[in-house]
Amino acid sequence: MSFNMLVLTCLAYVLLLFVVASAAERAASEGRAGWLRSPMIYTLSLSVYCTAWTFYGAVGYAARSGLEFMTIYLGPTLVFVGWWVILRKLVRIGRENRVTSIADMISARYGKSNVLGVIVTLLCISAGAPYIALQLQSIAQSFTVFVTDPAGASLAADPVLIAFWVAIGLAFFTIVFGTRTLDANEQHPGVVTAIAVEAVVKLVALLAVGVFVVWFVAAGPSDILTRIDAQALPQWEIQPGRWTGLILLSAIAIICLPRMFQVTVVENTDDQHLATASWAFPLYLFLISLFVLPIAVVGMELMPAGSNPDMFVLTLPLYLGQDGLALLSFLGGFSAATSMVIVASLALATMVSNHIVVPLWLKVRAARNLDSGDMRLLVLSVRRLSISLVLGLGYLYYVITGGSAALAAIGLIAFVGVAQMLPALLGALFWRGASRTGAALGLVMGMGLWFYTLFLPSFGPGVFLSAQVMEAGLFGLSWLRPYSLFGLTTLDPLLHALFWSLLLNVLVFCLGSFLSFPSPMERVQGALFVNIYDRTGPARSWTRPVAEAEDLLPIAQRILGASEGQNFFRAQAALQGKQGFLPDITPEFLEALELTLSGSVGAATAHAMLAQSVGTAVVSVEDLMAVASETAQIMEYSAQLEAKSEELSRTARKLRDANEMLQKLSVQKDAFLSQISHELRTPMTSIRAFSEIMMDSESMSPEERAHFAQIIHDESIRLTRLLDDLLDLSVLEHGQVQLNIGPVQLRELLDKAIRSSESVQASRKFRILRSRDPEGIEIVTDAGRLTQVFINILSNARKYCIADDPQMQIKVRERKGMVEVDFIDNGAGIPRDKQALIFEKFSRLTDSMQAGGAGLGLAICREIMHNLGGDIAYVPGQGGAAFRVTFPRVLAPREVTRRTAKSQAEAAE
Amino acid sequence: MEKRVLVVEDEPNISEALRFILTREGWKVDVSADGKSMLGMLQADPPDLLILDLMLPDLSGFDILKVLRAGDGTRELPVLMLTAKGQAADRVEAERLGVTRFMTKPFANAEVIAAVREMTAP
Repeated sequence: MSFNMLVLTCLAYVLLLFVVASAAERAASEGRAGWLRSPMIYTLSLSVYCTAWTFYGAVGYAARSGLEFMTIYLGPTLVFVGWWVILRKLVRIGRENRVTSIADMISARYGKSNVLGVIVTLLCISAGAPYIALQLQSIAQSFTVFVTDPAGASLAADPVLIAFWVAIGLAFFTIVFGTRTLDANEQHPGVVTAIAVEAVVKLVALLAVGVFVVWFVAAGPSDILTRIDAQALPQWEIQPGRWTGLILLSAIAIICLPRMFQVTVVENTDDQHLATASWAFPLYLFLISLFVLPIAVVGMELMPAGSNPDMFVLTLPLYLGQDGLALLSFLGGFSAATSMVIVASLALATMVSNHIVVPLWLKVRAARNLDSGDMRLLVLSVRRLSISLVLGLGYLYYVITGGSAALAAIGLIAFVGVAQMLPALLGALFWRGASRTGAALGLVMGMGLWFYTLFLPSFGPGVFLSAQVMEAGLFGLSWLRPYSLFGLTTLDPLLHALFWSLLLNVLVFCLGSFLSFPSPMERVQGALFVNIYDRTGPARSWTRPVAEAEDLLPIAQRILGASEGQNFFRAQAALQGKQGFLPDITPEFLEALELTLSGSVGAATAHAMLAQSVGTAVVSVEDLMAVASETAQIMEYSAQLEAKSEELSRTARKLRDANEMLQKLSVQKDAFLSQISHELRTPMTSIRAFSEIMMDSESMSPEERAHFAQIIHDESIRLTRLLDDLLDLSVLEHGQVQLNIGPVQLRELLDKAIRSSESVQASRKFRILRSRDPEGIEIVTDAGRLTQVFINILSNARKYCIADDPQMQIKVRERKGMVEVDFIDNGAGIPRDKQALIFEKFSRLTDSMQAGGAGLGLAICREIMHNLGGDIAYVPGQGGAAFRVTFPRVLAPREVTRRTAKSQAEAAE
Repeated sequence: MEKRVLVVEDEPNISEALRFILTREGWKVDVSADGKSMLGMLQADPPDLLILDLMLPDLSGFDILKVLRAGDGTRELPVLMLTAKGQAADRVEAERLGVTRFMTKPFANAEVIAAVREMTAP
């Protein structure tokens, strides 16, 4: 067949896909997408798993390793048959969270971490580029094989150029149908339908070749079985370990491959499609693998030695002169390759633009403070660019590796790469404790090992890893040999890489998750993902009857208040021309209600509440997060209000207290002035009366005159002493007293005080009992002031002690640096109700003349003792009046300042 | 018959001065240093005039005044109240309770005598 003819066929086929895709797009946009959304289309679109590798490579694989190629289908079959274990949850979460890619899924689960999104995207690109290269290679190879005319042969002889044009063409198709519009759900009905058509084409092609081989070349199934037995090679022997590993690998791949995630999860429109796919997709896989071994066996038998078994599907019909069948086979391979490239580049481009380019752009824009332009156009352009980039990378890989490696090897390398996402993905679905740190560390660890043990060596020695590294290990460390890490030599490179990368990936993931503490966002997302079934599913909420106005009214009333809620409903009903307060549930009404509610509880909460009540939407994670943050804001706000009002009431209390204090002070001041006035006027009254008597009495005996003069004199002295006391008290109270601190013997002070107080009622006999010994201590204080206190106490005792044989006991005791001096007389003591009063100013208890004081004595004593760092107290229950004077044995200057400060504070009150 | 005045005053020097000037005026002067003991005697045999200190150790002058104005024999008894406190509120209170005259200490002897004369004038 001529080269031009082949190109034309390809173009015609692509044009057919265009038409199908366009029709599907149009039907979807017009809402006639019913048949597009059928479980069959969904199942057929899943066949994007079967790439050119499956189409061509499986036969080659079978020729080399017998039935082992089956493992590539057994893994997916197991996953789909047991679909409710992983796939159902994956799909449910994916749709409810509007997940756009596997990178989005993982980043969303781990607290919307874009770092994870970037890691996963890079991993997928690394694994995806070789895979795309594989498709380009197989198309190029099929061209080379097919073209027979000499003119085209020279062209076809350059597979790199063919691959280049194929890449360009596929990029164009993908851009046209993958980025026509920007859909929030990232669903592409046109692409999916085209893929479904391609699924049919490749299945039909492979079945046709198979039927031809079994019934037209061989003599039916039994003949084929004998031929298989005849051709069986030693290496066809089933190796259980390798089988297990490969089945596991392909099972992982069907979950983790970006393009599979795209068709299984992102493009899914209904959970129940999975139920159909659970038997239909394995059936498809069964059919597509049914004739692989017969074709391989017959090919090996008939084809000349040295023919590439990877191309048997194509070369066998050609060799047997079946040009039509060969063209169908060619189209089947072309379908397999193009469907994979289209979906893979679409999925990868979504990741690249969502997780790398757009975040970067936003950051740059924020940094430069640019206006927000049309984001839609930007995102679409980025998508288109990303598709070109992904296909470009695939092409680049193809050019670098030269397309030498066997097809299957490249596919499996990619499988091991994407398998690194499994721990993070399963953790996302089933383990609430899985954390972002663990996922990131596991991914990086697995990815690194995959790179080192499989991906880089796949380029062949000398490209990235030198032959020396391959032989002797990195840095010459033998345990770092890429194909026998840590001395593990019993596994082949593929399983070796799978084993180490997944093992360490899982280990690091678990350790990281245990050791790190998830952020609140991670915890919320984790709970939502893992417990996805606990919530009302969309299926239920769709079928639930729409809420009645009666249901919404209580909600509104609870939030707005009873009467406001009712008023709002009545007004809305009136707007609709209805009586009463139950309007029809129209979108306008709901919108107005949501707006009104959002004024009270915040937009997100209002939306979530209405969505739940009306039952038209599922509350998304974002909704819940928004509700949570709003609630937090409201709580913070109310906490602030509370704090403010508390502060206000505290201030008010302070003001009230201050006011009370001022009033008390004012009353005290008035009382004090009144007291002073009284105390001053009393002696002045006597002085004035007697001086007037002396002035106007001519006839007065000298004795009388002397008596009156004596009274005037005494009262003058009393007046002077009163004023002295007042000034003294004032100075002491304000802490302005100048203390004269020095060492002195306590006994001396007591001796002096006793001598001074003897003048009071000197005629009365007054015995003083002292204990000489403890009095001998040396103290450091203001001797004059302390003596003043002692004198006051002793004088009071002399004045007030009414015992027949008045006596006083003075006891001295020292403890903990403080000296206690007790003065105990044998009088009647001070009545209990007066004990608290005696230290107050003007608290004279009895007749003043008898005492001869103004009632300031003990008040002054107390101030003096405070100034000396001590105190004076009345000690009840000692038989008579008992005063205890306490003071530090050594008065430090520091003590003075402290006391002074305290006195000033008290004075300020 | 000689007129009797009772001085209730806790300051001995002041009561001595009052006794001196009133005796000179021809009064018979009795002195009491506190209120309580005087009340019974006072109601049994009221004097012609009472000179009352406001601040006493046991009762206040107001208390005594209240009792006097409530008792039958003492309702009309002229009372001269002397106080060293000198606050306007005290004068108002004393007048409300029915004091005859209110004077602050220190006083001029002549004023006391004049007041006494006035209060006991027929």
